[in-house]
Amino acid sequence: MRILVGAMTDLVSNAVKPYPAARIALARDPAGRVTVAIGGAWQLDADPPDLDRIDAELFTEPGPTSIVFDASDLVAWDSGLVSYLASVAWRCRERGIAVQEEGLPEGIQALLRLASTVPERRAEGRDEHADPFLRRFGQDFIDLMRSTGEILAFIGEVTLALRSMIAGRARFRRSELWLLVEEVGADALPIISLISFLVGLILGYIGDQQLAQFGARIFVADLVGLSIVIQMGALITAIVLAGRTGAAFAAQLGTMQVNEEIDALRTLGISPVEFLVLPRLIALVAMTPLLAIYANLMGILGGSFAGIVVGGLSPTEYFTQTVAAIRWHHITQGLISATVFGAIVAVSGCLRGMQSGRSAAAVGEATTSAVVTSIVFIVIASAGLTIVFDAIGLS
Amino acid sequence: MSPDGPTKPPSAAPLSEPISEQADPHILLDAVSVGYGETVIQRDLSFGVRRGDVFVIMGGSGSGKSTLMRSLIGLLAPQAGRILFDGESFWDALQHERTRRMRRNGVMYQSGALWSSMTLEENVALPLEQYTNLRRSQIHEVAVYKLALVGLSAYCDYYPSEISGGMRKRVGVARAMALDPDILFFDEPSAGLDPLSARLLDDLILELRESLGATMVVVTHDLASIFAIADDSVFLDAATQTMLTTGNPRDLREHCEIKLVRDFLSRGGE
Ligand SMILES: Nc1ncnc2c1ncn2[C@@H]1O[C@H](COP(=O)(O)OP(=O)(O)OP(=O)(O)O)[C@@H](O)[C@H]1O
Ligand SMILES: [Mg+2]
Repeated sequence: MRILVGAMTDLVSNAVKPYPAARIALARDPAGRVTVAIGGAWQLDADPPDLDRIDAELFTEPGPTSIVFDASDLVAWDSGLVSYLASVAWRCRERGIAVQEEGLPEGIQALLRLASTVPERRAEGRDEHADPFLRRFGQDFIDLMRSTGEILAFIGEVTLALRSMIAGRARFRRSELWLLVEEVGADALPIISLISFLVGLILGYIGDQQLAQFGARIFVADLVGLSIVIQMGALITAIVLAGRTGAAFAAQLGTMQVNEEIDALRTLGISPVEFLVLPRLIALVAMTPLLAIYANLMGILGGSFAGIVVGGLSPTEYFTQTVAAIRWHHITQGLISATVFGAIVAVSGCLRGMQSGRSAAAVGEATTSAVVTSIVFIVIASAGLTIVFDAIGLS
Repeated sequence: MSPDGPTKPPSAAPLSEPISEQADPHILLDAVSVGYGETVIQRDLSFGVRRGDVFVIMGGSGSGKSTLMRSLIGLLAPQAGRILFDGESFWDALQHERTRRMRRNGVMYQSGALWSSMTLEENVALPLEQYTNLRRSQIHEVAVYKLALVGLSAYCDYYPSEISGGMRKRVGVARAMALDPDILFFDEPSAGLDPLSARLLDDLILELRESLGATMVVVTHDLASIFAIADDSVFLDAATQTMLTTGNPRDLREHCEIKLVRDFLSRGGE
């Protein structure tokens, strides 16, 4: 049954095809001269003849001394045929076999001539062959070292720029700084409200369920208050800013790189680090602690919602307990963390933007890489800061 | 030569000596090689650019014209050799001297390279804000005047994304002229422009040379504009990776002994 259907579809499709199928055949005379007879319609969307078989035949030892073509039966042709003939011609030339193209239609001959002119010189020093594993591993290691070096160099440049700003010599536009402050700070409020409120709510809900088992429901206020103020508020703010602002910085600077805007600054003698990176760093370092304070309040609000609605505490009870639990040094810890995280997001975003290549794809990579770099360093810094706070007795 | 500090007002008189009396070249290249990383693109480039000339860098696509220009404007250190401006080696100088030198160059980039977050007026005004002591109102006047020179004073408050490619190039010229530079560099000024706008830009280049007395270095493919503006030129070749010849393009077209150069300048001998 299935065979029958197959045969019928063949019949139908053959009936629809306006041209005879493509054919190719070889004939070798005793002197080793091969005549390649090409016939039918060669079209890219039609089934090509089995060229591998022809190839094998053509180049079996002893190879032909010369090749001629007979295209008298050729009905139609397009790039499918020309590209095959071009590859045959290339290989023949490599082996020193003469190819006589006179038997081919004029158009094909012209295209073959065009394709066989000397290819443009490639810049040397650009090899892309697959590397063996060890070599790739080594290359990755070298790349890692280099990128660490680049990060350090960039931080150095930023430090120098900060110094010249303190000396009052840095060149950037104050108006741009205000725009950035607005973009970084005010515009981030809605998303930060939402996320901190929900995180507070979740903490409160889970905390309440656990503490209820010991009849210590009131302590949910301590749990939420402390975790939000010491860590979560700053962390939420930093991660939102990494995704929102750090990525935007990388995309802005990357696009400026593509448009040669950064070159235009350099040739004017304006340092791109002073002009572009410094205002972004200042805006983020100034705004992150403020946003973190706001995130703290929203988080506590979320926690109180759980404590009051689910845990049945009274609002006065909850807030008195919270105020009693939180000490100034907890708030200080959170704000110091937030400031450090803000600097990390700004530096990562700007670094990746400045390093971006000169294409749309490179800008995309820079953006992704900015977010990844920020988050990795935020997590590392958060661990480091915990140890430092402990060591200096702040916790 | 007036001392050029950050306080140089943009209205300061341009170089006033007549061009004919200049023997010392404004820019001199001494066995310069340029390229990226290990890859050499052009080597052994030695030529001078006379003060006040319109000097054209020509050559086939991919021959390294833009690369050479990046080295001349201080964006890419050459792999070997020296580049001298007014007899002082640029790349051997200290960073702050280089910065000072670069400020006296105006650069028009192929795509305009306007700062996209600023209006056209702010684009032209930024160099003035950074390097002059002009009052805000004066800066506004100078910026509008420079935009008027390229016929765009009506577009002061437009952003670069709101104007056409040709207009962006003209704003690029206005910005390059903002600080009345000694040397103006143009990368492919006529590429992507219609014949009439290209012609207008050529005229503008010549007029600016007349009025500012600045030296102009122009990278271009465009034969019409090469013959219209060039006093002198250098021809870079991709195959041999070096310069083939220097000289006035009209003379080269008639008398150069190298066939490739004659062919290039006559579109393959039409
Ligand atoms: N950033 C880069 N890194 C490595 N090689 C590059 C880079 N930019 C250009 N090249 C190489 O340098 C060579 C010269 O490029 P360049 O842009 O200077 O040519 P051009 O003469 O300006 O050409 P066109 O007239 O087409 O603009 C090319 O072979 C190119 O592959
Ligand atoms: Mg170029």
